[in-house]
Amino acid sequence: MTVTDEPSTESAGYKYVGTRSIRPDGLDKVTGRAKFGADLTLPGMLEAAVVRSPHAHAEIVSIDTSEAMKIEGVKAIVTGADFPDPAEQGLHPSDQDVANNIIARDKVLYDGHVVAAVAATSRQAARAAAKAVNVTYKVLPHVMNVDEAMADGAALLHPNMKTKGVDPPAEEPSNVASRIVHERGELDQGFANADAVVERTFTTKPVHQGYIEPHACVADTGADGRSNIWVSSQGHFAMRTYTSKVVGVTTSMLKVIPAEIGGGFGGKTVIYLEPLAYMLSKKAGRPVRVVMDRAEVFRASGPASGTKIKVKMGANSAGEITAAEIWMAFEAGAFAGSPVGAAGMTVIAPYDIPHFVVEGFDVVVNKPKVAAYRAPGAPMAAFAVESVVDDLAAEIGMDPIELRLKNAVVEGTEASYGPKFPKIGFVETLDACKEHPNYGEPLGPNQGRGVAAGFWFNAGMNSSATIHVNDDGTVTTVVGSPDIGGSRASMALFTAEELGIGLERIKPVVADTETVGFNDVTGGSRVTLATGQAVVEACRAIKTDLIRRAAKTWKMEADQVEWVDGQAQAKDGSQPPLSLAAIAGKMARTGGPISANASLNARGVGAAFSTQVCDVEVDPETGQVTILRYLTAQDAGRAIHPAYVEGQLQGGVVQGIGWALNEEYVHNDDGVLENPSFLDYRIPVASDLPMIDTIIVEVPNPGHPYGVRGVGEVGIVPPLAAVANAIKAATGKRLVDLPMSPMKVLEAIDGTDS
Amino acid sequence: MVKVHFSAALRHYTGGLSDIEIEAATVGRLINALDERFPGIGAQLSEGTSVAIDGEILPDAEYEELPDGAEVHFLATLSGG
Repeated sequence: MTVTDEPSTESAGYKYVGTRSIRPDGLDKVTGRAKFGADLTLPGMLEAAVVRSPHAHAEIVSIDTSEAMKIEGVKAIVTGADFPDPAEQGLHPSDQDVANNIIARDKVLYDGHVVAAVAATSRQAARAAAKAVNVTYKVLPHVMNVDEAMADGAALLHPNMKTKGVDPPAEEPSNVASRIVHERGELDQGFANADAVVERTFTTKPVHQGYIEPHACVADTGADGRSNIWVSSQGHFAMRTYTSKVVGVTTSMLKVIPAEIGGGFGGKTVIYLEPLAYMLSKKAGRPVRVVMDRAEVFRASGPASGTKIKVKMGANSAGEITAAEIWMAFEAGAFAGSPVGAAGMTVIAPYDIPHFVVEGFDVVVNKPKVAAYRAPGAPMAAFAVESVVDDLAAEIGMDPIELRLKNAVVEGTEASYGPKFPKIGFVETLDACKEHPNYGEPLGPNQGRGVAAGFWFNAGMNSSATIHVNDDGTVTTVVGSPDIGGSRASMALFTAEELGIGLERIKPVVADTETVGFNDVTGGSRVTLATGQAVVEACRAIKTDLIRRAAKTWKMEADQVEWVDGQAQAKDGSQPPLSLAAIAGKMARTGGPISANASLNARGVGAAFSTQVCDVEVDPETGQVTILRYLTAQDAGRAIHPAYVEGQLQGGVVQGIGWALNEEYVHNDDGVLENPSFLDYRIPVASDLPMIDTIIVEVPNPGHPYGVRGVGEVGIVPPLAAVANAIKAATGKRLVDLPMSPMKVLEAIDGTDS
Repeated sequence: MVKVHFSAALRHYTGGLSDIEIEAATVGRLINALDERFPGIGAQLSEGTSVAIDGEILPDAEYEELPDGAEVHFLATLSGG
């Protein structure tokens, strides 16, 4: 369902944008022709296996590879000693962390941390050799959550880490990397103005992005250090940059070719295997393929942070939120850099609150370094605040959507993190949910309804695109943004709309790092906006060129010609129109090949809001929670391809439901992960859930030529609280610890929870 | 003249001042001018910081021109997923 007065294509006068075209990659993906990261085979290629720490925290005393090298088929083994020292290279501290995460030097910091890697003529030989690498460890105490890591006398992961952002400056090392704070008004005054105050503490566990394709790459490195690397990622330019730093070469030495990607959700914006593949290939003198198995993905790639969040909020009897006090601690994993900063900026962003303090801490623990997962930081923050907002609504006897409408930010409101909001669509998403039939569906015994809202900034960043007009008038649209959510379809739609030619005449392509200009990662919900802007700009340059060539043909001035519906037309009607194909057929005679580039740092980013309504039934005997109905309303600005937008909305919701009800990392007392498989780490599957009802709200973003707002991320922000609020409504019990598994729900119902 | 708003984290450098009006043609020059006025703040604003100019958040804003009367906020640079 699309919320506009008329269907989007007609209301804006578009012919192609807003239609549900067949996806360009669909046939290859459903027939198995699409090539993913592990599908490439090269002559002489070796297979790799990785030696990983079995300990959460330990010093590496020695590594003996002599027995491993004797195994038949083994061609190369690398350890940390084969890589440049990141500190000696003078890398930025965050890049040093990347390098030390790729492979350990003197200390391992989590179960699964890389210690060595082997390349051999078969996977079996590589695995046998990996087992034969003899590593001697001195096991150290470990810390596995923020409470343990922040406690006095806690084992330190990094002896030189001192907390940034505290006053006075920290003198002693700790596991707290940094502190953030946002403030407004006078907190005491705000709570004094409240008629209802709710205070709670919430905890969440690390969860994985759950992409079905494990990390994989192939590197073919020459003796001179130049390498071709094929990789499935969310950004091959970023893979090139990171890898060049870790292995110590210039970026021009690496050519990175993108494979199709089987899901990323933020988790594939960072490197894990590429430097290993590079070094093994260089040492062996042959191409090397490195593929994680599922257990490695869980043990060694970045999950979303586990968190502890304390919320105290007050509201008056009229429903105005008067004060908010938020304290957050986010697990960063083994190296600094959790998304607590984003959490601090999003946690109360949907509401205009006069008095607040938001304080957050970035805390290292002996787990894999966290990676982005769709709106990183925001879902956990929203779980806490949206649960308390729901409780406040109940305390003062107000409908939960009405309370949110009462306090909703609008254009011109000063955001909790500072700037005033430009045109936004939060109120529209609340109204859309309120008016939807789901909101009035009657509920039966053990059933409850929960509402929650969410906000995400979206990103702009750098994109490049090239448009080539072929000699038969077909067009190739070349971008550098890996397609993780339908961007090839959107780029083709932009091209069709701008040039006025049918989609069957356009081929969208994702090119390698040497064939298209620089592109930042596909992430941050930025590609339809930013790469779309680059495509539109390049298309407009093409149109200008086509007009010039038609004018030349007709011996007119260019300002006497216009481009209409895919044709050059003389404004005075004195000439029959010239189609793009006709002009292309004569391109050599009118100036040569027809092509245009555009590279930009995108401006005009539009933030996104989502409001969601969840209906559940809770089995009082087992604690099982069944999702009966789920509605999401999200402001997309302008839905370029509505089916893809709906898919993004639904996907975010489903991931949020899994996060709320089932998913968590389970570590034993030794800090070792006990559930590194989809058997024991339960993500939702299609049979678990009803169809997710979607409302695409369109409040066009004035900063984009087509009104686009990113859609990929904000959808995962509300579900954790929406499900929790529904369970509260169904059972009368407020659960504050995720996941809300059947056992925890049952304990809450029975009153036996802590 | 532009109006610069300081977050709670930056008020440590400004002696508690929450906003200031100051002359600067670009963001880079603004940072230099602020650092002259509040020593040490420049290092905090130069790296890993985005700038919001009249509500538009820009991550690479050093050479961005500042319109007269602009409202400026310094924010942490964020990444998405």
